[in-house]
Amino acid sequence: MTSSFRSSLSFWPRWFWRQLTSMRTALFLLLMLALAAIPGSLYPQRSADPNGVRLFFDERAELAAVLDALQLFDVYTSVWFSAIYILLFASLIGCVLPRMRVHLNALRRGPVQTPENLKRMSAYFAETGKLDLEKVRKVLKANGFRAEVQGDSVSAEKGYAKETGNLVFHSALLAVLVSVGVGGGLSFTGQRVLVEGDTFVNNLASYDSFSPGPFFNEGELTPFSLKLDNFDVIYDLRNRANIGQPIDFVATATLDDGNVAAQQEFRVNNPLAAPGANIYLTGNGFAPVITVTDGTGVVAYSGPVVYLPQDSNMTSLGVIKVPDALPEQIGMISFFYPTVAELESGAYTSIYPDPIDPLLTLNVYTGDLGLDSGIPRNVYALDTTHLEVVASRNGPNPPIELRPGETAELPGGIGSISFDGVLRYASVDIAWNPGGFWVLIFAAIALVSIVFSLSIRRRRVWVRVRDEKIEYAALARGDDEHLEAVLAEIKDEIEKEARV
Amino acid sequence: MNVVLNEPLSQVSLLFVSAAMGLLAVALLLFSFQLAKLKDDPSESRFEKIGFWVLGLSTVVLGIGVMLRGIAANRVPWANMYEFSITGSLTILTVYLISLKVRDVRYVATFVTGFTLITLFAAVSLFYVEVKTLMPALQSYWLVIHVMVAILSVGFFAVAAGFHIAYLSKAAGWARVLMQRFPELKVMERIAYRFNMVGFVTWSFTLIAGAIWAERAWHRYWGWDTKEVWTFIIWVLYAGYLHAMATRGWNGKRAAWLGLVGFSAVIFNFVVVNLFFKGLHVYSGL
Repeated sequence: MTSSFRSSLSFWPRWFWRQLTSMRTALFLLLMLALAAIPGSLYPQRSADPNGVRLFFDERAELAAVLDALQLFDVYTSVWFSAIYILLFASLIGCVLPRMRVHLNALRRGPVQTPENLKRMSAYFAETGKLDLEKVRKVLKANGFRAEVQGDSVSAEKGYAKETGNLVFHSALLAVLVSVGVGGGLSFTGQRVLVEGDTFVNNLASYDSFSPGPFFNEGELTPFSLKLDNFDVIYDLRNRANIGQPIDFVATATLDDGNVAAQQEFRVNNPLAAPGANIYLTGNGFAPVITVTDGTGVVAYSGPVVYLPQDSNMTSLGVIKVPDALPEQIGMISFFYPTVAELESGAYTSIYPDPIDPLLTLNVYTGDLGLDSGIPRNVYALDTTHLEVVASRNGPNPPIELRPGETAELPGGIGSISFDGVLRYASVDIAWNPGGFWVLIFAAIALVSIVFSLSIRRRRVWVRVRDEKIEYAALARGDDEHLEAVLAEIKDEIEKEARV
Repeated sequence: MNVVLNEPLSQVSLLFVSAAMGLLAVALLLFSFQLAKLKDDPSESRFEKIGFWVLGLSTVVLGIGVMLRGIAANRVPWANMYEFSITGSLTILTVYLISLKVRDVRYVATFVTGFTLITLFAAVSLFYVEVKTLMPALQSYWLVIHVMVAILSVGFFAVAAGFHIAYLSKAAGWARVLMQRFPELKVMERIAYRFNMVGFVTWSFTLIAGAIWAERAWHRYWGWDTKEVWTFIIWVLYAGYLHAMATRGWNGKRAAWLGLVGFSAVIFNFVVVNLFFKGLHVYSGL
């Protein structure tokens, strides 16, 4: 009674485990994994394209809510995707572990016991005569077999590396997964915009945005400082179809790790190795240097302003907020055209991305910029709904237009603005993932071992001499079209070397 | 740092590519005649022989076209859709012609010829762009390794796909008389398996090389960019195929279908993902 109860209790888990570790299940889970990965390429993903997700929510809010509930914007961290790969790896472990034990035993014990009935093997020859079994063993050994004389027969096997490769491959995949997980947990990525002349100091406060992995702690940030000395962008001015195409972005920076300060270059595809982090060049733009003097004659703002590029010719949009201006706060929405041209409509555009003929235009507003209420505001946007228009295309005064070195009075005596020059800025990613190295190592091991697993053939050969009768037999794991030919060759060699 | 582009030379290259297409069309006709004749006479091989000469010539002409494109652009000729297509076609043809020396793969000549002809047709009529310099993100020796090996994998997968189609036609009993002249099912399955195996290994390499490059260029080795997603899907599909071949009841027709699904994903990854999906791998040049 008890025993039958116990066995029925253990039946289902065991049945489940057997099912999970079967090849058919592994195959099914693999196909499920491929299928489950597809939606991540159809819908924008928060990890790869957060902006796309935001746009999707703006455009189709209801659909977005449904998709979000199904985790379709976070496919690769979703419950269902994770479930599939966790099951797949559980199945893999369940399959690989027992096979490892079997394989280790096979490696230790050597060739199997020669079967009684050799005729049943996939390749078989019979001859009459006698052989010196020790010599047979030597011939097989010379052919790369592990061979053993067993009474009246020789049992031989080769191609153990096939199963070794197979098991190492699957273990390496598991190690890749663990490295990805642990490394991702300890990793961090941060962004920072650096105008020429700016210095970045590696602490949390210096990042514009920072996304740490779940196990990250601030102590991981190694102190160093990086000053962007110079940033060059080289465009093609020579080949007609290619004019304005960027050819190279070169940032020159001084890296100071506390002991030594050295000037280095970094560019796209060529990150700068800083202590405990790599620094990647990911974006570029212009930062016009602007000075605003307010109505009372005091300099209320002075310095470079980061403008966001709007098109491939670097027409750039910037927002200038001057909360310290008196008598009223001043806000400006500004366009920068590196090489300006006038369209038929009278609007400006940029026709080349390098500053050959730069122009700055500014729409000017006054009023409460809303910066004093303590609510964080986007520095790249200006909400003009409650502001008074001072100068704009449809305003009381035309927009201010400035070339480098020029100064203009702001209408209504609220102050003046000067355009002192143009600097470039670089967007840099500062990132570190300690798992990357291990992922690469294990991926390389997987690659080498899969070659062994797929290319090597596992073959067993038996030679038995009994009552003046010689039998040759061979068996292969899996499909092996050359088995018979291989056995025939071995047979010829044995006949030559080991005949008595 | 001043690169000189040579658009007139690229037009000469285009002439060679077009000539190669003409030759491919002739080869395709010859191979079709061969199949038609083969039905009545198993010893027929005249058309086939001429066909392979024309195919070889076409490969040489295409090779010159691809090389001239590289010289015109002053870099490797695989940095946009047009160049991927012509270099890809050249690679498929080269893999196929070399394979002829190793195995009897004559039976998929029509498939390989037709497939490359369509690819080249798409290249010159839809994907052509003037020679441009490399954007800084592509200026890396990984462009040479990662992309070349990816294209090479496609070559292996394509030959395998030809055998999958032949296998499935024969297994389904289509064109029974003609298919009798084709190799045994077992033999075709084996050849497809070998090609997919090599393709799987090179595809794994391309995936790893891509990850190394992504770490250099985008600060992360893997970020589920659309192209990365599809590279992964293809890898998993072919891994599934290899498992199917080792699973009782799943080799044969099911495995062949799986191989074809894998190859469809390869084509989808090249055409649809490159042209219509948003992502970091926006290199179609269109």
